[in-house]
Amino acid sequence: MPAIEQTVRSLLLTELAVGLGVTFKQIFKRKATLNYPYEKGMLSPRFRGEHALRRYPNGEERCIACKLCEAICPAQAITIEAEPREDGSRRTTRYDIDMVKCIYCGFCQEACPVDAIVEGPNFEFAAETREELLYNKEKLLDNGDRWEREIAANLSAEAPYR
Amino acid sequence: MTTLTIDGAEITVEPGSTVMQACVQAGKEIPHFCYHDRLSIAGNCRMCLVEMERSPKPIASCAMPAADGMVIRTDTEQVKKAREGVMEFLLINHPLDCPICDQGGECDLQDQAMAYGRHFSRFDEGKRAVRDKDVGPLIETIMTRCIHCTRCIRFADEIAGVEEFGAVFRGEHMEIGTYVEKAVSSELSGNMIDLCPVGALTSKPYAFVARSWELHTTETVDVLDAVGSNIRVDARGTEVLRVVPRLHDEINEEWLSDKSRFAYDGLRRRRLDRCYVRRNGALEAASWAEAFDAISSAAKGLKGDQIAALAGDMADCEAMTALADLMGVLGSPHLDCRQDGAKLDPTSRASYLFNSTIAGIEEADAILLIGTNPRWEASLVNARIRKRWRRGGLKVGVIGPQVDLTYPYHHLGDGPESLATLAKGGHAFADVLKMAERPMLIVGQGALARPDGAAVLAHARAVADASGMVSDGWNGFNVLHSAAARVGGLDLGFVPGEGGRDTAAICEGACEGSIRLLYLLGADELGLARPEDCFVVYQGHHGDAGARIADVILPGAAYTEKHGTYVNLEGRPQRAYPATAPLGEAREDWRILRALSAHLGKPLAYDTLDELRARMVERAPALAAIDEITPAPWGDFGTDGAVDEASFASPIGDFYLTDPITRASATMAECSAAFVSAAEEARADG
Repeated sequence: MPAIEQTVRSLLLTELAVGLGVTFKQIFKRKATLNYPYEKGMLSPRFRGEHALRRYPNGEERCIACKLCEAICPAQAITIEAEPREDGSRRTTRYDIDMVKCIYCGFCQEACPVDAIVEGPNFEFAAETREELLYNKEKLLDNGDRWEREIAANLSAEAPYR
Repeated sequence: MTTLTIDGAEITVEPGSTVMQACVQAGKEIPHFCYHDRLSIAGNCRMCLVEMERSPKPIASCAMPAADGMVIRTDTEQVKKAREGVMEFLLINHPLDCPICDQGGECDLQDQAMAYGRHFSRFDEGKRAVRDKDVGPLIETIMTRCIHCTRCIRFADEIAGVEEFGAVFRGEHMEIGTYVEKAVSSELSGNMIDLCPVGALTSKPYAFVARSWELHTTETVDVLDAVGSNIRVDARGTEVLRVVPRLHDEINEEWLSDKSRFAYDGLRRRRLDRCYVRRNGALEAASWAEAFDAISSAAKGLKGDQIAALAGDMADCEAMTALADLMGVLGSPHLDCRQDGAKLDPTSRASYLFNSTIAGIEEADAILLIGTNPRWEASLVNARIRKRWRRGGLKVGVIGPQVDLTYPYHHLGDGPESLATLAKGGHAFADVLKMAERPMLIVGQGALARPDGAAVLAHARAVADASGMVSDGWNGFNVLHSAAARVGGLDLGFVPGEGGRDTAAICEGACEGSIRLLYLLGADELGLARPEDCFVVYQGHHGDAGARIADVILPGAAYTEKHGTYVNLEGRPQRAYPATAPLGEAREDWRILRALSAHLGKPLAYDTLDELRARMVERAPALAAIDEITPAPWGDFGTDGAVDEASFASPIGDFYLTDPITRASATMAECSAAFVSAAEEARADG
């Protein structure tokens, strides 16, 4: 009996008709694809993208060179050097992240006591050379300035859960 | 013996112990801040509370003497509650700025708050803030963090002997400081940084440089004075970032002098990291091969008699062994390790050792200091004398410069004549020494590094003999060295051979042309101008006086960069280990000498460190017992002779600037300006 059923299905192409039916149904549904880069998808406030060093509203950099992010980094991607700034405050003279080493685990932003280092919503930082992915303090602060609005919004959205 | 019960177990302790010591002996951990083994008991932090039977409230275990039949509990709910309460009080005014505090990661308060504190705060009010004090170029103060344990005050009063620290105001307004703002003028002040259980006193040169967890540590010994303090060198990558003391009860206890602690920045500056050869009057960078070629062409055709070698104050025994052997195969008897020209007698080991040992100072009951300022020459020896003095019953006599030694003394005279008078019994102090059970005398290099040094040594020996300083189990004759390499050099026989010249004669020979090749192994304190007809080879790690007069410079390794053996002033050999690699093209010193010997066609008979050390022990059997003192037999030494009238002077003009490393250190320069120059100016102003 199964042999006969199988033969009938093959001859009448019912499987094909069902498949085409699915295709036909999709024509009337909303598109699942995005026209990237002109269209972009939703990102969670918890998304961990490109790193940024933030500033306080008065322009003072937040990072105090406590080196907790450097200590927690499982990929050892962060390198910090520090010394007293002219006004005697503790500041970094060097803050490097090797974005090639980084595994985007987000431990650095968890460890940071002053919300200075954060992983922002930007994921479009592919580069042509490896050197471009060795970020220094200047680049990270620049990222912070550029993405501050989005980062601050994400942080405040997450604040109740931290 | 006292027997008490701790947590249900009986324990017997020494009479006079405190409850805390008994608890520690029983293996219980008692949290504490103000209590410290080597300081008096203050009992003001209240962290060490334990419960005692028949006591209505918990007792401070550090201040309570243990008594027979006490029943102590350290693990009850009440104890836990008491500790949490005390911790909460301590944290009321302690800022929660651990991320920017240099003590973070190695902080007693941080650790104990994790173990004994609550994990939340009930305190919403404003915290107090205290103005920071300026206490000099070494100690950074952040007084808001202070928890008033008063360890620093007690250290300054008791160990350092500078009564400059104190507490003003009471209760919440209490502040630690110097009252009139001034720098803490102690050569041991750095120890307060270690003592401070929080981040109130931290190291200024190390400020914000590194975190404790980033550093790799190496346990080694210090060579900036002859005490041989045990140190831990903390480095990151190729840089030494910090030097802290390591416990060694017989040498430095747990203290360290400021010079040894803070001179490490000199290891980064003015370093020789490649070879140099003098061409047309100027030193030019060269390769190892070029440098060796220059030396071998200079040595070509020279007789052994025309070659000489001098070892400096920081040379390790390995390098001195190799250099002495090299001089041997070259046939030169001219070598000397006493670059200050001290008339030390290498034939009798007892004549150049600190025979009583540093720990032995605590048994002495009369001490005679001859031509020395131990506070500057060996700060920790001076700290031991002060420790002995504080126990009472110690009489100190001084012949030589009158300086503040942090304890009172009788000044017996300025020069060798007073010593001669004393030797003849012509002074009241001679009776003091005679009556004493354990008398000792300490001769400094200031008394020996002078033309009549041998006669001074003989007089000192006469004093020792006359007052019965040498007896069974006690030798009160001590020589105080200020150079880490000196005892090792004398032990190894790095002294003129038969018909050989000593330091002064070698320098003279180099100037007049009878010495044609002079090999300086880190010898920088000669005061020698560049000799015309003499080819000078300098092997060392700093571009200092020696490098300036050299025709060839060979870059060696500093003490934190090589395996070495150093013999301290007691005659105790200790090993040094490398914390970082030698800088640039520099190499360990004995390897340079081994390579040079091969280049000269007379290779030394050892290729590895172990073989070299075997040879070293062959030369000086006492070096085999690491960290042990081989007592030296009392023998004949010293030459009777006329002494001149000149008074004794300390060989150290400036405590902070004594060698190439400290002269290259910016921190030491600041200290010198802040303490030594300022004191001199004050004296000049009257």
